[in-house]
Amino acid sequence: MSATTTSAEAVARVRLVRRRTARRGRLIVAVLTVVLLAAFAARVLLGDYLVTVPDLVRVLSGENLPGTSFVVLDSKLPRAVGAVLAGAAFGLGGALFQTVLRNPLASPDIIGIGAGASAAAVAAIVLFGVTGGWLAVWAVVGALGTGLAILLLAGPRSGARLVLIGVACSAALVSVVQYLFTRASLYDAQEGLLWITGSLNQAAWPGLGRLAVEVLVLVAATAALAPRLAAAELGADSAAGLGVPVRGVMPLLLVGVLLTALATAVTGPIAFVGLIAGPLSRRLNRDRVTLPGAALVGAVVVEISDYIGAYAVPETNLPVGVITGAVGAVVLIWLIARDPSRRRA
Amino acid sequence: MSLPVVGRPVVGRALTSTTVALAAAVVLSICVGSRMVPVGDVVHALLTASDPVHPIVDARVVRTVVAALVGAALALAGAGLQGLSRNPLADPGLLGINAGAATAVVIGISWFGLGSRSSFVVAALLGAAAAAVLVQLLATAGRQGATPAALVLAGAATTAVLTSVMTTVLLSDSETMDVFRYWSVGSVGGRSWGSVVAVLPLLVIGALVLLGRARTLNALAIGDDAARGLGGSLVRDRLLVGLGVVLLCGAATALAGPIAFVGLMVPHGLRMLGVVDYTVLLPASLLGGAALVLLADTLGRVLAPPTEVQVGVMTALVGVPVFVWVVRRGREVAL
Repeated sequence: MSATTTSAEAVARVRLVRRRTARRGRLIVAVLTVVLLAAFAARVLLGDYLVTVPDLVRVLSGENLPGTSFVVLDSKLPRAVGAVLAGAAFGLGGALFQTVLRNPLASPDIIGIGAGASAAAVAAIVLFGVTGGWLAVWAVVGALGTGLAILLLAGPRSGARLVLIGVACSAALVSVVQYLFTRASLYDAQEGLLWITGSLNQAAWPGLGRLAVEVLVLVAATAALAPRLAAAELGADSAAGLGVPVRGVMPLLLVGVLLTALATAVTGPIAFVGLIAGPLSRRLNRDRVTLPGAALVGAVVVEISDYIGAYAVPETNLPVGVITGAVGAVVLIWLIARDPSRRRA
Repeated sequence: MSLPVVGRPVVGRALTSTTVALAAAVVLSICVGSRMVPVGDVVHALLTASDPVHPIVDARVVRTVVAALVGAALALAGAGLQGLSRNPLADPGLLGINAGAATAVVIGISWFGLGSRSSFVVAALLGAAAAAVLVQLLATAGRQGATPAALVLAGAATTAVLTSVMTTVLLSDSETMDVFRYWSVGSVGGRSWGSVVAVLPLLVIGALVLLGRARTLNALAIGDDAARGLGGSLVRDRLLVGLGVVLLCGAATALAGPIAFVGLMVPHGLRMLGVVDYTVLLPASLLGGAALVLLADTLGRVLAPPTEVQVGVMTALVGVPVFVWVVRRGREVAL
């Protein structure tokens, strides 16, 4: 920019850049919404059992078509809805953690918060026979306890240290889960394995209704807290200078933990969605954080992965977590290999 | 790293204390359990087949040997891996090597009908080697090269992919799941002499290769350039150390299932005592690892009666605090 730029020109230029950025953000959200709707429609209509659009409309309007009604209302639709809710929750929760802790690797599933929720929930199933809504309570308590422990152990302002300690805690919690498996019957153990892999097989309307309400409340909370996030992104010192002390971002982390834990209680910890949604949406948005984008990317990833898992291998219904685990590992490697000088990871 | 003044006292103390710990752990492992056996009765019970506690003592002797071998192998492999990668956080469990062995075993059970532990060995070794190479390649992909943190994360990524593969197999095959869930938790109980004999040659070769390469590890500790200056083929020496680590990890994992954190805890405990010379650190790790796994297994037997807490769970629960300590003590790590 030349030195002769007048202040009016500068203002105009800043306004232009800001408008362009905002437009880009809206465009990303619109495109992702369309992709999500397409994936949702594919999940409900296509597959082994084809459903025509007129049939779907008739089923949804309450008509009872033999066969089709059951497949749509008891299998395809709850799974598709569950994928959207859980994917959005994991994606948003992951992006919150990554942004607040300023580290793309600090997502709840890498640092053991998902494992904490799993260990508590599997303990509740195997040792106390807990089911339904109380399972969510256990998962939340497990996730909160793990998150708190990791934050305390890592000490303040330590992104990388937090990730390493989280990875180790995650390994230990997984071994607790494995121990619980040996205490269970074979049926329960396989059921438990399905659960800790993350699966939409057990998605049923009462649980999904609860999750929908919880996700809506937490999304509203995120929107209310979002201004603090913008400050936190600049680092602890700058944030403090802007009037957001380190403690001020804690509610954001709490929302992230709750999103992860509540979705985990319904579907199990779907591997790596929290890790990949943030960086992918950010990449789409020219390296700017976009929380709605992260939630949408999470939902799209889970929806498509569930479709692949259900039909990739004939006669076998792979849990969605198997697919996202394989995809997520590739993204994790990309994050490690990426030039670290551009943004300290 | 600042080298403390190392004299005979430190060397003597490290080897003596690990030997004493191992002896105590062996005695405890044979005597303690849901049925206590007084020390004085052990020899009589072992030699007299008609003695009512003979089967108990007999089983505990096998178990003690298995635990000692596994612990020694993993700790030695951990020390070797830390020296090889110049990475204080290296542990066969965290770097995905155990997951590689486990995946290969699952595939072996399910697709090729492997049943006995001795047949797990080949599968576990192949899996361990493949995973070790893969993790090293992935970690070097970053522009900064294989930093400690990159290795741990590449290990986590590899473990995740392999877990996906394992889950796919296990969910479609409940018989394999039944065999695998007891193996995967990491346990040293219920093994036979046959399976010990099957892996013993590999453990011995792996241990000898590593112990013979202590000087290489000492040279590597001061940097690649300096090591090259001291002569010898760096590539060949590194490959030998890697081979030893894979042999030890694969064989130990075939015998006991994946057990993490032993390779991390023991060498660091010894470094706390002031042992930095690999010619001492390696044998001391061997003894200390055996003692640690024996104690963990013995504690697991009495912790939650009437059931047992498997040794893999015990080492993980003790290992995390040690890991946290190592991470906190080190300088700020960059990922």
